[in-house]
Amino acid sequence: MPHLNLDELKQVMLRCSGLPDQASVEGDITDVTFEDLGYDSLAVLEIASAMQRTYKIEISDESIETMVTPGAVLDFVNGALKAAA
Amino acid sequence: MNTPASRAVITGLGVVAPTGTDVEAHWQATLAGKSAIHHIDRFDTSGYPLKLFGDVRDFVATDHVPVRLVRETDLMTHLAFAATEQALADAGLDPATVPEFDLGVVTANSSGGAHFGQSELQKLYSEGPYAVGAYMSIAWFYAATTGQLSIRHGARGACGVIATEQAGGLDAFGQARRNLRKGGRAVLCGGTDASLTPYGLVAQLANGLLSQRDDPLRAYLPFDADASGYVSGEGGAIMVVEDADAARARGVDRFLAEVAGYAATFDPRQQTRREPGLRRAIELALADAQVRPQDVDVVFADGYGVPRLDLVEAQALMRTFGERGAPVTVPKTMTGRLYAGGAPLDVATAVLAMRDSVIPPTVNVTSLAPGCRIDLVRDEPREAQLRTVLVAARGHGGFNAALVLTHP
Repeated sequence: MPHLNLDELKQVMLRCSGLPDQASVEGDITDVTFEDLGYDSLAVLEIASAMQRTYKIEISDESIETMVTPGAVLDFVNGALKAAA
Repeated sequence: MNTPASRAVITGLGVVAPTGTDVEAHWQATLAGKSAIHHIDRFDTSGYPLKLFGDVRDFVATDHVPVRLVRETDLMTHLAFAATEQALADAGLDPATVPEFDLGVVTANSSGGAHFGQSELQKLYSEGPYAVGAYMSIAWFYAATTGQLSIRHGARGACGVIATEQAGGLDAFGQARRNLRKGGRAVLCGGTDASLTPYGLVAQLANGLLSQRDDPLRAYLPFDADASGYVSGEGGAIMVVEDADAARARGVDRFLAEVAGYAATFDPRQQTRREPGLRRAIELALADAQVRPQDVDVVFADGYGVPRLDLVEAQALMRTFGERGAPVTVPKTMTGRLYAGGAPLDVATAVLAMRDSVIPPTVNVTSLAPGCRIDLVRDEPREAQLRTVLVAARGHGGFNAALVLTHP
């Protein structure tokens, strides 16, 4: 069953929006908010879109609103992958 | 500070154009008559009837803008970011020192985010809707540049975008002056356009006014007997325009130019035989500036390069100034028509002309069309004291605008 880990998510984050100005994505950013990482709402939308394409899962607009940290993205994606398995 | 008499002055210039990626490079190339219209090499044009374009070369967006912001915006906005940096430095203005609601942004735009749009549309029709990036929603539309400059520089005063094709670049100055009269202190003002992509070209082709010649020396010839249409280009200029009192209060003792007069008109419907609106725009702008035709030292003409439109402009100039009554020049023969960036670039060039007392030349025009009895400054720059300059601009669809600049 496919699984998304933090490093893979970091790669997606960097591809989607380039290097953010503020904090870098180094270290354990699982519970750092996207806002603190310098990713605005469109950047998060971009990340969610990439997830939908790569993992063939549906992410509703309401679900995207709950994705305030990388950890929340990991939880959602891995939950959806598990449910689909 | 709602004084109708408050004066709008230009205090800083920024240019990113085919002729140069900064003010002095552009000015030196312009004085040298160095054309920057090239054969298109950004993509394969073998299927298209258009071969020429005034492209900006040697511009690296990430030299001026953080890479994340570059990825979220179109080339038209990158050019404006860079030009704005130059203008702020030239004006010695740190936006952080202006109370946030007193600094505004007014730009003109005509083509939208054509590069960003091209790549996202390609993803749409080859990979489907989920492949389209989220930033398409903000990178593409006319107001993107105004919005991004406003965010980047904390400019929360009156902001807007004007979409009147090539007339927009002058309409932006008119709007900036209005905003300053209503109580603003400073406005980042001007415009850039960047339309050199397959769909960008196809959109332009639809107007039927572009030259399809492929000799850069014979394609875009405003007022020439052999005119065959215009060539387009990318780039533009951004200026800092301030309320004169506010500029003095922060220590500016020398203004580059004053925005002394402005007017805009719209053409009558083609079926009527009424006079096109350009002459009236010029007349109204001169009246607004309280200058007489004989006070005008040079006209930076719109220079459409389309024979019937050249004749309209020549007649407007002849009726206003008399035959060969004022020197006329079209330095955009070296860049092509830059749409929303064209008139701001003319304004910047006019400011430099006043500074150095020299009229830049029109290039490639060899023989004036009958009926165009104007004093066109050709091939070589002409030295002249320039206190009052008229800039004219027309936009496809019937837009006319005129701006009077005076040397302080």
